[in-house]
Amino acid sequence: MEVSLSSYSSNKEPRIYKVAGPVVIVENLNGRMYDVVLVGRNKLMGEVIEIEGNKSIVQVYEDTELIKPDDPVENTGTPLSVELGPGLLTSIYDGIQRPLPLIAEESPFIRRGVAIPALSREKKWTFVATREVGDTVKGGDAIGYVDETANFRHHILVPPYAKGTIREIASGEFTVTDTVCTLEDGTNLTLMQRWPVKKHRPFYDKRWPDTVLVTGQRILDTLFPLAKGGTAAIPGPFGSGKTITQQQLAKWADADVIVYIGCGERGNEMTDVLVEFPELVDPKSGSPLMDRTVLIANTSNMPVAAREASVYTGITIAEYFRDMGYDVALMADSTSRWAEAMREISSRLEELPGEEGYPAYLASRLAEFYERAGRIETLSGGEGSVTVIGAVSPQGGDFSEPVTQNTLRVTKTFWALDAKLANRRHFPAINWLKSYSLYQDQVTPTLERSYPGWVTNMKRLMELLSREDELSEIVQLVGSDALPEDQQMTLEISRMVREYFLQQDAFHDVDTFCPLEKQYMMVNLILTFSDNAYRAIELNKHVNEILDLPSRPMIARMKYERDYEAYSKKVSAQIEKDFNELFGGEEE
Amino acid sequence: MKEYKTINKIAGPLLFVEKTEPVGYKEFVTVTLSNGETKRGQVLETSKDYVIVQVFEDTQGIDKQTYVHFSGEIIQMPVSGKMLGRVLSGIGTPLDGGRKIIPEDKRDIQGEVINPYSRTLPDEFIQTGISTIDGMNTLVRGQKLPLFSGSGLPHNEIALQIARQATVTGEEESFAVVFCAIGITQEEAKQFINEFERTGALQRGVVFLNLASDPSIERIITPRMALTTAEFLAFDYGYHVLTILTDMTNYCEALLEIGAAREEVPGRRGYPGYLYTDLASIYERAGLIKDKSGSVTQLPILTMPGDDKTHPVPDLSGYITEGQIFVSRNLYRKNVYPPIDVLPSLSRLMNSGIGKGKTRADHKALSDQLYAGYAEGLDLRGLATIVGKDALTSRDQRLLLFADTFEKRFVMQGRDENRSIETTLELGWDILSTLPEDELTRIPGDILEAHYRRETAEDEGD
Ligand SMILES: Nc1ncnc2c1ncn2[C@@H]1O[C@H](COP(=O)(O)OP(=O)(O)O)[C@@H](O)[C@H]1O
Ligand SMILES: [Mg+2]
Repeated sequence: MEVSLSSYSSNKEPRIYKVAGPVVIVENLNGRMYDVVLVGRNKLMGEVIEIEGNKSIVQVYEDTELIKPDDPVENTGTPLSVELGPGLLTSIYDGIQRPLPLIAEESPFIRRGVAIPALSREKKWTFVATREVGDTVKGGDAIGYVDETANFRHHILVPPYAKGTIREIASGEFTVTDTVCTLEDGTNLTLMQRWPVKKHRPFYDKRWPDTVLVTGQRILDTLFPLAKGGTAAIPGPFGSGKTITQQQLAKWADADVIVYIGCGERGNEMTDVLVEFPELVDPKSGSPLMDRTVLIANTSNMPVAAREASVYTGITIAEYFRDMGYDVALMADSTSRWAEAMREISSRLEELPGEEGYPAYLASRLAEFYERAGRIETLSGGEGSVTVIGAVSPQGGDFSEPVTQNTLRVTKTFWALDAKLANRRHFPAINWLKSYSLYQDQVTPTLERSYPGWVTNMKRLMELLSREDELSEIVQLVGSDALPEDQQMTLEISRMVREYFLQQDAFHDVDTFCPLEKQYMMVNLILTFSDNAYRAIELNKHVNEILDLPSRPMIARMKYERDYEAYSKKVSAQIEKDFNELFGGEEE
Repeated sequence: MKEYKTINKIAGPLLFVEKTEPVGYKEFVTVTLSNGETKRGQVLETSKDYVIVQVFEDTQGIDKQTYVHFSGEIIQMPVSGKMLGRVLSGIGTPLDGGRKIIPEDKRDIQGEVINPYSRTLPDEFIQTGISTIDGMNTLVRGQKLPLFSGSGLPHNEIALQIARQATVTGEEESFAVVFCAIGITQEEAKQFINEFERTGALQRGVVFLNLASDPSIERIITPRMALTTAEFLAFDYGYHVLTILTDMTNYCEALLEIGAAREEVPGRRGYPGYLYTDLASIYERAGLIKDKSGSVTQLPILTMPGDDKTHPVPDLSGYITEGQIFVSRNLYRKNVYPPIDVLPSLSRLMNSGIGKGKTRADHKALSDQLYAGYAEGLDLRGLATIVGKDALTSRDQRLLLFADTFEKRFVMQGRDENRSIETTLELGWDILSTLPEDELTRIPGDILEAHYRRETAEDEGD
């Protein structure tokens, strides 16, 4: 049987011309760039990413199986947007903000073409108005609030470009689409607003980040601190600890809101967060950690085109909370999967490939994304921040590849994960010689005020560690026994720094989170021991005598102590006693 | 019916078909040669001008006279509880001379994406009887844990030992094995089948065989058929299914072939840029689902070309699976069986499967300390070859000895030696106690107090 092409319809309605994986070419669409379109009879959501003549190229956020040429396409005329309002916290969404729990009501498997709003249309929230009739308000001003979770006040803001005088406003019980306030010009304000994800939400001014984001992870806070509103990259080969580090930050960072994006990674890791977070308590608020968290999941087996959407959806939600004056921390695990999605789409478009097949715009996309982090002055004069922490999964563990390199150019904190450390179960497997933080000078003055000596301590630790590195090169040539005693001591002290201080077990009840004060005390103990140890060497004591002192293993166990203040005093006293005895022995 | 005789171009496994009515992306295709022979395929790309069909068998005999039939459906396979005990080809036709399988249902072989919200976190300890796995890289039910191996290494023996010995303590439940051969040799396949027959595992197993001599392009669907069967047995029948997929490297070679035929821009080392996504669509088909009693546990095997773990196949696999077990040529040469190198090995789900009430409270600390000690011992072994043993401090000499003892007593075990988890953990403490107590900084004090053997340490110290 032969058919001629005339069996295809010839009217001027938008129709599918070609389907190749997530890329669909549509004829006669008459759309604009980034318009959201509904493709085929199942109305699969997609986005216009290129226009050429009467053909528009669309990337579809869902599986395109059985989509055919000639199927109808509908243009929504609006770009991909998210719903912002009460109900975001504790939610888990897919990459285009569909609530996964509601999708799960139908089937444990994700079906295509589901259209469920991100924010419940039924749930009523108690809105408390803080402005009155006759007040003039402008974009970014709060008109009231909803207590969204036990300890979280969700401010209801005037959308960025609206302004006017309030004609009507009332407190009460409302759904997210009910009008809670009307301006003189007739604009109705609801608890919910929409925002196109690819456009950053406006703010008044950007400020330099100067407050440390306390993470409770010793190597980060003490050696490579991140600032609120800053950016960090965590590159590392598989199994080196990207996900655990990100999850540790999501758990313990002293932010008000956490946005956690699982971008092209394992399904079970999202389940893990979903199971664990409601059980864990936020040390700051006393509420379950889930109460301050929004999860976005586009797992590795979910459609590739939605990877990019997941990242933008997440950052837009983060900016929204920032605009209320909150400190938000966003984790994206892993940005490499997003980059690979770009590469895949780009190659389907037969664009000229750049380095390793990635599109030429890889660098600018990454830069734009990290640029949406920052500490800002909001439109209403408040202050908020978005901190962005991106995991990078370099192929073959090679940091010279394009995603790692382009990320490092735009992020200011670099936590380099190291397979060698991970293999010996030194966790977090962050390489202390390669990592850096460019926020150090900004954030340490405040730390120094609360913890005198913080900066000197930090420098001494770094010196020890790099001295160890030099010495171990010599050991490679002559063996450890050939080193003079003081150098052997240096190796032993730096071992203490590594094993007692830097190593931190994310799975230990107590060790998983280490308050700044405890970090400070631990460093002090190690350095006190160290000072005494060198003095002892000068007094011709032997390394082995010093190593055998009972205070040494006591320092090792400090990390597991909940009541660290009391323990620290005990160890401190023991160090004094140990060395007094040692020195006393000399005098006898 | 949509049937055409308009093939315009044939390139490798790809057919370019013109002048069709609208054909759906991923539609299932049958191709009928002039001699009546049929082959199967799938739509890779569809447009108003042409349709690209990927044929799953070799394209020998296909010419422009060949009929191409588009089914209007995606590829589905018949599934049935009666598949247990059967040996099927790489595309699901019976090879055992047995009867045709009467389908209870038909399933999309691509599988469906499990909603992360509907997953249950795997946390049930599977005892494999192998110390390096149970003690240090614990397997849990519903995990995807591959063996990263090299050609000529005994990965098959290890996989078989796991399949034979795997038990979940305190439970008598329905187990099933799905074995999927992807491009392996006849002898290797025989090794598995004979063993399954010998142990009776075949009666509660399904075998899919795509051998080295079978068309490579079939390999694209063989693992998907195996996993569709595994999911059916797990989620419809409630079986705990162990799925062995071997060799995933052959699967990736087949993908490479298609990519080349399509003249795609290749990603790293010639493999398609979507290799990660494609592998994820296989490996992610493991786990547990809320309110369903069965589970799919995956044990893929892959051989690393040139033993190189940065090669795209092991590299991308490692990024998707929940850990990996490294089979080491070095240990194999030293006659250590099983030659499992624990250092680069990892079980990401270990922490949820061990500990009090599951294995033992001291399990994690013990494992961490064994890792630390062995890693340091190996470093020193390297150092000792340069500077000589005598140039090491006494502490270092002990660690050196520790690494040897660890390999000889903990790693090494018999092919039929099925160690209980208690045996494994006690063995661990035996070995750790050769090191001074103060050195064991990875172990919290109370655990050390309860398990450390001071007598051993004193003997060593002498
Ligand atoms: N801080 C940590 N404490 C304890 N274990 C860790 C830590 N970080 C990583 N691990 C171990 O390493 C494994 C791999 O970490 P993961 O974050 O999943 O790696 P990646 O995301 O880089 O592949 C985890 O399953 C865990 O066993
Ligand atoms: Mg990870």
